[in-house]
Amino acid sequence: MTDLLEAPAPAPAASGGPAAASRRGRRGLPFSPWHLLLAPTAIVFAIPFVEMFLASLTPAADLVQVPTPLIPSTLTLAGYASLVTTSPVLLWLGNTLVVAGTAIVSHLVLCSLAGYGFARLRFRGRNLGFFGIVATIMIPTQVLMIPTYVLFSRIGLLDSLGAAIVPWLASAFGIFLMRQFFLSLPLELEEAGLLDGCTRRQVFFRIVLPLAKPALATLAIFTLLGSWNDLVWPLIAINNDQAFTLQLGITTFQGARRTEWSLLMAANVVATLPLILFFLVAQKQFIATMTFSGLKG
Amino acid sequence: MTAVPTAPAVPADRRRAIRRRGAARALEGWAFVGPATVLVLGLSIFPAAWSFLLSLQRWDGFSDPVNVGAGNYAYAVSDADLWAAVWHTGLYALLFVPSSVLLGLLLAVALNRRIRFVGLYRTAIFVPFVASAAATGILSTYLFSPQFGLLNTILRDLGLPPQGWLEDPKQAMVVIALMSLWGSAAFTTVIFLAALQDIPAELVEAALIDGATKRQAFRHVVVPQLAPVIAFATIWQTVEALQLFDLVYTTTRGGPLNATQTVVYYLWNAAFKQTEFGYGSAVAWGLFAITMLITVGVIVVSRRARIEAF
Repeated sequence: MTDLLEAPAPAPAASGGPAAASRRGRRGLPFSPWHLLLAPTAIVFAIPFVEMFLASLTPAADLVQVPTPLIPSTLTLAGYASLVTTSPVLLWLGNTLVVAGTAIVSHLVLCSLAGYGFARLRFRGRNLGFFGIVATIMIPTQVLMIPTYVLFSRIGLLDSLGAAIVPWLASAFGIFLMRQFFLSLPLELEEAGLLDGCTRRQVFFRIVLPLAKPALATLAIFTLLGSWNDLVWPLIAINNDQAFTLQLGITTFQGARRTEWSLLMAANVVATLPLILFFLVAQKQFIATMTFSGLKG
Repeated sequence: MTAVPTAPAVPADRRRAIRRRGAARALEGWAFVGPATVLVLGLSIFPAAWSFLLSLQRWDGFSDPVNVGAGNYAYAVSDADLWAAVWHTGLYALLFVPSSVLLGLLLAVALNRRIRFVGLYRTAIFVPFVASAAATGILSTYLFSPQFGLLNTILRDLGLPPQGWLEDPKQAMVVIALMSLWGSAAFTTVIFLAALQDIPAELVEAALIDGATKRQAFRHVVVPQLAPVIAFATIWQTVEALQLFDLVYTTTRGGPLNATQTVVYYLWNAAFKQTEFGYGSAVAWGLFAITMLITVGVIVVSRRARIEAF
């Protein structure tokens, strides 16, 4: 996949050098004029998160003054303490970890198996099956949510964590992504394995899967983002605060506690910080994931 | 694969062997694809068909369903509240789609160069992508709070009148669109960055050597290369915009005065608050149909535009 983190090399001096210098000179700036666009934009984009972290550490009383001070008088963990002691937020965090963890493991196993089968094996029903998978990519969730709700209520899955997990066990996008990846691998490796007497299963687990790490990383991030951040489905399917996911749980503060800003922002930090940190360490893989979801169109 | 010639010359026992091999292959193939395929199709094709049947009924989930034929669809066409929701959704799409495509294009062009701090800028602009709609919504109610929010604090410091923001029917949708832009600029920027880096550098260099200015080279060399990606981003963001729900739920819950009640919010309310499963399904299918129409429309328009351009 294209490495977006590497900007293109500067144009060779012979063609671009003097022209670039004169352009820069014309505006009389000692730096690239693009900084004038990018620096303010980056600051504006950073402000909401900075405010969120600051407010989560500010004494609650500071945040209901008018005018609200821009800099907190002192920093305190009181918001977090009140969040943990007056709400089941840690349980919700655990629920979300279970949902996201199950979703990722199941996606990696089931979608890579299916992607490989559709890419490499020839068998009766393959084309029909794959056509069905691709067709479902277009069906919007709004069409599915009412019958899925009724179905889950009939099988007694509503109001439990299972309701949040089952829709995330596999996805058409995941199967499609893995199939595209396996199609791009050279056939020779697998043929050599088969000639050496490996079964298909051995070829898949010992030869193909170790080569699929970049695609598996993309799939894991896609699943993590989707299952961690999902709101509408848990909102519909789970009505029992012991089985709330984190995202659903934090929206319940918006009623009576909607001006307890330091508690609300602490809850927001709990709900977003894991993904922010993960993004910061794996930015490359996140960008690859975004690029792929763009390329599939 | 299954196109093995079964001419009469092939002896019966060999034919049986071939059939057995076909069955073994099918077993192996479905062992690989079966679990995921059953899950995905079972949770989409089957509910989609059911949803269509539901859309022809009046049903609250408990009592016996009543067949109403196209009655739900007929009611939808004359439902003033639904039309208001369509209007609000259209307004949001108009606010969000063009600005997200243009912002993505601008940021991609700006970030596609080797200048100092570019990594820092990129990180700051991309991080909001991981923020959930729930967190973004709650954060919006804080930043745009009329009494305590940062925005009004700044306005007051500048001596300007504070605004109602999410509590003002005229401004609420604008605030929601702004916060959507904050979270999704990364996506359009990334796909434009990928497209920009796929353009061979020689193309632009050739234009510059032929005497084009940088601006002309961008307008006449880079933009035509980006046209398919621009069309794709427009479709993608439009589909996203038509399905707006989460941010409305976590900021205004459809208010003030229903000004941010979108089609999906209306659908959710009809289906899960009023338990009108049939009517909710009809609205969902209507939305699906409109989404498909717009998608096809954008594809046709972009095809035509490209034919005219060349």
